[in-house]
Amino acid sequence: MSMALGAEMVYAAFFPEGMIPAALAHSEESFALPGKNANLVVLNDRPINAETPPHLLDDKLTPGDLFFVRNNGIPPEQKDIDPTTWTLEIGGESARTKKVYTLAELKQRFTPYTYQLTLECGGNGRKEFNPPAKGNQWSTGAVGCAAFTGVRLRDVLNDAGVQSDAVYIGYYGKDSHLSGDPAKQAISRGVPIEKAMQDESLIAWNMNGQPLPYLNGYPLRLVFGGWPASTSGKWLSKIVIRNQVHDGAKMKAPSYRVPCNPVAPGTKVADEDMCIIESMPVKSLITYPKSGATIRLDQELPIRGHAWAGERKVQQVAYSVDFGASWQNCVLEAPANRLAWQHFRAKIKFPKKGYYEVWAKATDEVGISQPMLLPGWNPKGYLNNACHRIAIKVV
Amino acid sequence: MMENKQNDRQLLDSLYRSLVFLLNFFVVIVVCILSYFLFGDHIAEWMKPRAKTVVASTSKPESATEDRVENGKDLMSGLIAASGYKTVRSNCTACHSAQLITQNRASRDGWKAMIKWMQATQGLWDLGENEAIILDYLAANYAPQEVGRRAPLEEVEYYILELE
Repeated sequence: MSMALGAEMVYAAFFPEGMIPAALAHSEESFALPGKNANLVVLNDRPINAETPPHLLDDKLTPGDLFFVRNNGIPPEQKDIDPTTWTLEIGGESARTKKVYTLAELKQRFTPYTYQLTLECGGNGRKEFNPPAKGNQWSTGAVGCAAFTGVRLRDVLNDAGVQSDAVYIGYYGKDSHLSGDPAKQAISRGVPIEKAMQDESLIAWNMNGQPLPYLNGYPLRLVFGGWPASTSGKWLSKIVIRNQVHDGAKMKAPSYRVPCNPVAPGTKVADEDMCIIESMPVKSLITYPKSGATIRLDQELPIRGHAWAGERKVQQVAYSVDFGASWQNCVLEAPANRLAWQHFRAKIKFPKKGYYEVWAKATDEVGISQPMLLPGWNPKGYLNNACHRIAIKVV
Repeated sequence: MMENKQNDRQLLDSLYRSLVFLLNFFVVIVVCILSYFLFGDHIAEWMKPRAKTVVASTSKPESATEDRVENGKDLMSGLIAASGYKTVRSNCTACHSAQLITQNRASRDGWKAMIKWMQATQGLWDLGENEAIILDYLAANYAPQEVGRRAPLEEVEYYILELE
């Protein structure tokens, strides 16, 4: 509690259990989340949801304290998490055997791998949809890319044995449902078995060489780069190998689903016409300079940022200073590995004084680009990959 | 002579000890005063008696917690302090933060669909006669605003970018 307040809580022992201190209940005041930078924008404090302003995502790898937080439930108490006794169970109707591993056993028995993996919330960008979509109103900051270290999910699943009828895996974590009902799961999602079997699909304990941040799933989580981050279960305690699409909490429509066929804005869509989101779309973010930069006409403006495209590679990033009328290519770096975001940069000379918006547009390896306006409206406001924009004044 | 010297030393020693004691005392007082200035308000806030968390049932009237309103907003939750906000606060914030309301916009039907979803999947209770109060409040105070396919960039703070 004192960590959430960012200050030691005097008389904490006398504070009634289950109550939120007045300092936190005043919802419009900012406060530091445990292990997180105070400049994250807190959208919701129960459950905790916080995003990273674009200029704080400038690092090539997002530091743990700047990595966004999307919780569906209440994390396990930090003091109750003991990595020496933490276990992971593998089960489900398509597992040949049920297995339980301690964290130490996972590290000992399987080869560890490190990959840079991009995690983005399916609802990143929801704020811009009209008619408005329900849920946390993310702007651009529910994304990050870090170097995750862990064992391949595939190796662990194969150790338990995967039956030939397996089609999906589902996860369970130690976070609890908002209502406090122990019979309810906060979230229990997963991925098709093909995604689970990829080289880069990890059961991870480290992020950027450090133990996972508490709010990002310490001590153990799944990481599926390029897919909605809700598939990457946190505080991971159990994986089930399923002979059907996993049916855990937030797997059913409308959660993390979009209309199978495009619909007009505001359309009511029947549950059976909603399809599960898999790979995330191509997208980019300008991380330098911070929006609002003012420069002189004789100066060149350096810009930089990152681009990512779900399962795909980004082929090109271009910028525009005339609202998309003309585009110039940026320098684009190759990804460190598959599913890692890629860095771009450019230098811009402006033709005359005035107000400009710098827009960035990424194109993936099959030629699909980001839209300049919002992409197709959907009831829950997922997958907004419209071009990012920053404001610049030339004086 | 020796004795005198010893007496002098004892006197000096005791004087020195008193001085150190006084100095310590002074430091403690200063620390106390500083702490009061820094944390006094917070301590006072936390020490204040407060109402228990109320899980409202359908028949329960609005709870009588400390209802401080500033700039038209309920200080406790950030909800717009219009008719019905206490019913909304007591029913909705039992499970989730009021921020989940204040950051969202929907029509009456849209809010109703959210309530139905929470009842079907998230363990929300039957709101009874409070449902109409809650829906009226939400539809009036958190209704959609007309915007285009892309709004102008908002809340830009301009600054001089230092370049070499």
